[in-house]
Amino acid sequence: MTFPYLPIEDAISAPYWEGTRAEELRLQKCVACSKFQHYPRALCSHCGHTNLEWQKVSGQGIIDSWTEVMRAPQEGFEAPYIIARVRLAEGPIMLSRIDVSSSEVSCDQPVVLKWQHLSDGRALPLFVPVGG
Amino acid sequence: MQGVLPEVFIVGAAECDLGVTNKSILELQGQAVTRALADAGLSTRDVDGIATNGISRFSATQLADYLGIVPSFTDSSFAGGSSFEIYVARAVEALRSGQCTTVVISFASNQRSAKSRSLGGVIEHHTPEAQFETPFGPLFPLSYYAMAAQRYLHEVPHGRAALSEVAISAREWALLNPAAFRYGTKSLTPADIEGADLISSPLTTADCCLVTDGGGAIVLTTKVVDKKRAVKVIGYGEATTNTSMTSVDDLMVTGAVESGKRAFAMAGITPQDIDVVEVYDSFTITVLLTLEALGFAPRGGAAELMLSGKTRPGGSFPLNTSGGGLSYCHPGQYGILLLIEAVRQLRGECGERQVPHAKRALAHGTGGIFSTHATVILEKAS
Repeated sequence: MTFPYLPIEDAISAPYWEGTRAEELRLQKCVACSKFQHYPRALCSHCGHTNLEWQKVSGQGIIDSWTEVMRAPQEGFEAPYIIARVRLAEGPIMLSRIDVSSSEVSCDQPVVLKWQHLSDGRALPLFVPVGG
Repeated sequence: MQGVLPEVFIVGAAECDLGVTNKSILELQGQAVTRALADAGLSTRDVDGIATNGISRFSATQLADYLGIVPSFTDSSFAGGSSFEIYVARAVEALRSGQCTTVVISFASNQRSAKSRSLGGVIEHHTPEAQFETPFGPLFPLSYYAMAAQRYLHEVPHGRAALSEVAISAREWALLNPAAFRYGTKSLTPADIEGADLISSPLTTADCCLVTDGGGAIVLTTKVVDKKRAVKVIGYGEATTNTSMTSVDDLMVTGAVESGKRAFAMAGITPQDIDVVEVYDSFTITVLLTLEALGFAPRGGAAELMLSGKTRPGGSFPLNTSGGGLSYCHPGQYGILLLIEAVRQLRGECGERQVPHAKRALAHGTGGIFSTHATVILEKAS
């Protein structure tokens, strides 16, 4: 699998990307309402409070839905591959890839985190089926 | 709507050239606007309101300059394919408040001629989506609709057959519409849809709308000269839900639930009162989820509705009677063409594909990745 797109981080998202260097998946948690969110923001998307802290999360989730991408969206990607909406145990949904063949993937399947390093030392969170 | 407010009518509707035009966006816009005004018996001199997008950063300003007019109302809101249903709401409010007297809503694209469409969509590097979604390589917008379809197939029996029927039914209508890109071709079978190339599973190339040039315009005003051809705006509603692929909790429930509820409440009618339904069909799944959200079928029930065959020509639930974005025309943003077909059906101008005795029509636009939803309900004026 190739990952040619290097995301441009900002001050709000820097702790997330810093975590990936240590293979630690961090999400923002609202100090006021205790809910997690993904992607990172300057405010809580549940209650609007601006007091947020970063917390390491479990890396456990289930596949909400998935698709096998058969054509590359841009130069450098090598199709086919599977992308998915993964519903994390802590609540938020994140987009990711499932690192198996399409015959082994289904909706509502439990998955667990694995890391894919980028050329600049940061990493992308991918998922694989539990016990797979 | 309250009796004290003036009623607003669509008095003109027309397409620009469709298909492969090799014309500029502004030439096509000029065609759309002048044809719709001619249809209304008006000229550019009568226009003091413009709503459009997709021309340039200053789209409505650009079009006003091109037409040589100085409007007192403009709107270039960008909400993807539903923008034009949203513009109807804005236009009605501007006309009622007296801000302007005659609004043209228009759109044109030359995307097929100009080869300006890419599978990955437009990446805006400063957005959260570029940071947290683009690295994984989704097709945009296709992969989001594909994930919605995958979830639909997971939850609903015969989901795949229902997706195929959306494309099959649209083709049957297109075969009756001389302006359709697929006019003069042949009927589709489930094997044609399911056997086409997978592009983002479970969707194949045949589950995806056309990529064509095209567009059109409608003219709105409170002053009606020819009541027999006028169509009244009786309800509208909108809902904006997401830009991220991960913000919506349940892929089976779209913002059309709320936009539809608002439009029906304003019109004071229910889905059973609609004679012709024109809903956005960027992909086959868009239609299933939109019909359910608008209340034409319960959750998962659009599959049964489609497979009943009622949506095809001659059926009791006429759907996407132009042939839709799947078989008629899809110029990147299809919303204006939903409104034009709804107006023509209510006027009784649709020839072979005319729905008999059509009194009320619904047009529903969907923009982005099930991001923006806008419902408009129209009624024959006389």
